[in-house]
Amino acid sequence: MTDTPQAYSAAAEIGQIRERRTWIQIAKIELKKAPYSAWFGLIVIATYLFVAIFAPLLAPHGEAEIFPASFAPWGGDFVFGTDQIGRDIFSRLIYGARNTIGIALATTLLSFAIGGSLGLIAAISGGWLDQLLSRFVDVLMAIPGLIFALMLLTIFGSSILSLIMIIAVLDSTRVFRLTRSVSVSVVVMDYVEAAKLRGEKLGWIMRREILPNIMPPLIAEFGLRFSFVFLTIAALSFLGLGIQPPTADWGSMVRDNASMIQFAKYDLTAALTPMIPAGAIALLTVAVNFVVDWFLHITSGLNDEH
Amino acid sequence: MHPILGTIIQRLLLGLVTLFFVSLIIFSSVEFLPGDFTQAILGQAATEDTVAAFRAELGLDKPAYIRYFDWIGAVAQGDLGYSFSGRSASGVDRSRAVVDLVAPRLGNTLFLAGMAAIVSVPLALVLGITAALYRNSFYDRSVNAVTLTTISFPEFFLAYLLILFFASLWPVFPSLANVNAETELIDRIYKCILPALTLTLVIVAHMMRMTRAAIINLLASPYIEMSQLKGLSKAKVIMRHALPNAWAPIATVIAFNLAYLVVGVVVVEVVFVYPGIGQLMVDAVTTRDIPVVQACALIFATTYILLNLTADIIGIVTNPRLLHPR
Repeated sequence: MTDTPQAYSAAAEIGQIRERRTWIQIAKIELKKAPYSAWFGLIVIATYLFVAIFAPLLAPHGEAEIFPASFAPWGGDFVFGTDQIGRDIFSRLIYGARNTIGIALATTLLSFAIGGSLGLIAAISGGWLDQLLSRFVDVLMAIPGLIFALMLLTIFGSSILSLIMIIAVLDSTRVFRLTRSVSVSVVVMDYVEAAKLRGEKLGWIMRREILPNIMPPLIAEFGLRFSFVFLTIAALSFLGLGIQPPTADWGSMVRDNASMIQFAKYDLTAALTPMIPAGAIALLTVAVNFVVDWFLHITSGLNDEH
Repeated sequence: MHPILGTIIQRLLLGLVTLFFVSLIIFSSVEFLPGDFTQAILGQAATEDTVAAFRAELGLDKPAYIRYFDWIGAVAQGDLGYSFSGRSASGVDRSRAVVDLVAPRLGNTLFLAGMAAIVSVPLALVLGITAALYRNSFYDRSVNAVTLTTISFPEFFLAYLLILFFASLWPVFPSLANVNAETELIDRIYKCILPALTLTLVIVAHMMRMTRAAIINLLASPYIEMSQLKGLSKAKVIMRHALPNAWAPIATVIAFNLAYLVVGVVVVEVVFVYPGIGQLMVDAVTTRDIPVVQACALIFATTYILLNLTADIIGIVTNPRLLHPR
């Protein structure tokens, strides 16, 4: 007598090793569900990065190469014409992507390194160190960022290095606040306590116990801080105090070509020339904001109520 | 003593302490200058005597803490020192008092900021409240999309877009806001329309989003649901139940955004060549004129701190829940 074995067994299903999705698979699933705005943002960011990385291959002319024709019209050899001393606008736009985005990215990374680590240290150690750092950050944040940056630039002069350092330090105050506030609730967890009792060092607890648990808000903040830093640097360059010529940069390109707007009635393309770098800045910040919105939506499971 | 008074006094003292530290930071900026900066200002041909006299005028022969108290004492009496520009190697001093440079321009800046604020505050409140009431409607979504884009735009992009359309393609407004002390009020308003409009666009977007979030937060609370379930009319729910509790967050939003205006004004003034304090500061930074930069930074920082302090205090005074802390 043959007894057909039961096709389904609850014990077997529970006993089965559940396959874990790798993060690439998760990303693929989430991307399929992503709204159009997020797709738009991702495509724009990818294009910008591609242009920034391959700038020397894409640009038809050199970054600071000067041609005898200044203020040349659109078309022909120069796609978007030339600027006041005869540099090709299109090539400078392409190199500008590299300089502007690169500097903003370096600044944001530095500000996260400073603000993130200090915030974690303040949250873990608590006590007077926490108080000292928090009050110091309060005072720094009481001065509007752009004004503080202008003051520091007067003292240290506008070189790319001092620009990165100044804005990174000023911006790290906000990263510090966020990191500290999200990690204080993680620090009191039992597994952190266990790690402390195990005798793990501060660095290990920061990296292995706390950081993985506060990653989503920090990544979203990275996007927001990047677009903020990007706008600040663009504003400073526009004021003539940021990235200095002959380095191509979108903010100073707007400043250099702004006077062409008054010719809009006679030659619309000339008037649009200063709007292209300004629009390039605007487009990237819009794209980053879209992606951050979508990311926050996934990670927090929040409905878009607010 | 009433507990709320204690809280307010505590906030005021905290504000004073912040102001003290901020002034300390602004003052100490001169300490970080390289040692030979007097030489750089007076020029290579400066004699030892001129350099020594200049150093004595700045008080560099005294210790730093005495100089701080001298400086802050003078500032409190309205004396902001003398500009670095206009000095020459021969010792002839044509420098101007910083107060004379700052005072007329401060008035101009306040005029521009005031003009933007008068338009944007009511507009943002109406947009924010209506968007919250008709949440997820087409109106709400479109207002949201427009404001999210204007927030992401740099100020100078908005400014040049306005110039392109309203000063160049269709020349109705001037693109240069060159006002002076003699300009008539009507003419002054006409010349300031584009810069004020730029500031308004930026501020309205921020303020509208924050108001909307505050109101939505409020409408989700149980007592509002209760009043709806009681069968009260929509107008009554808003006017009698929601608004009294909404004043605190709305006041905070307004003060916060006026503080934001302080920073936004710098770029807009440069675009429209408006003779305000922001442009003065940018010029002073370019020429490394420290006394002028310090004065401007102090004015901006003080305004910013005072506005934030006002927001805090209004929040405390109008919110009954803050009266009874746990």
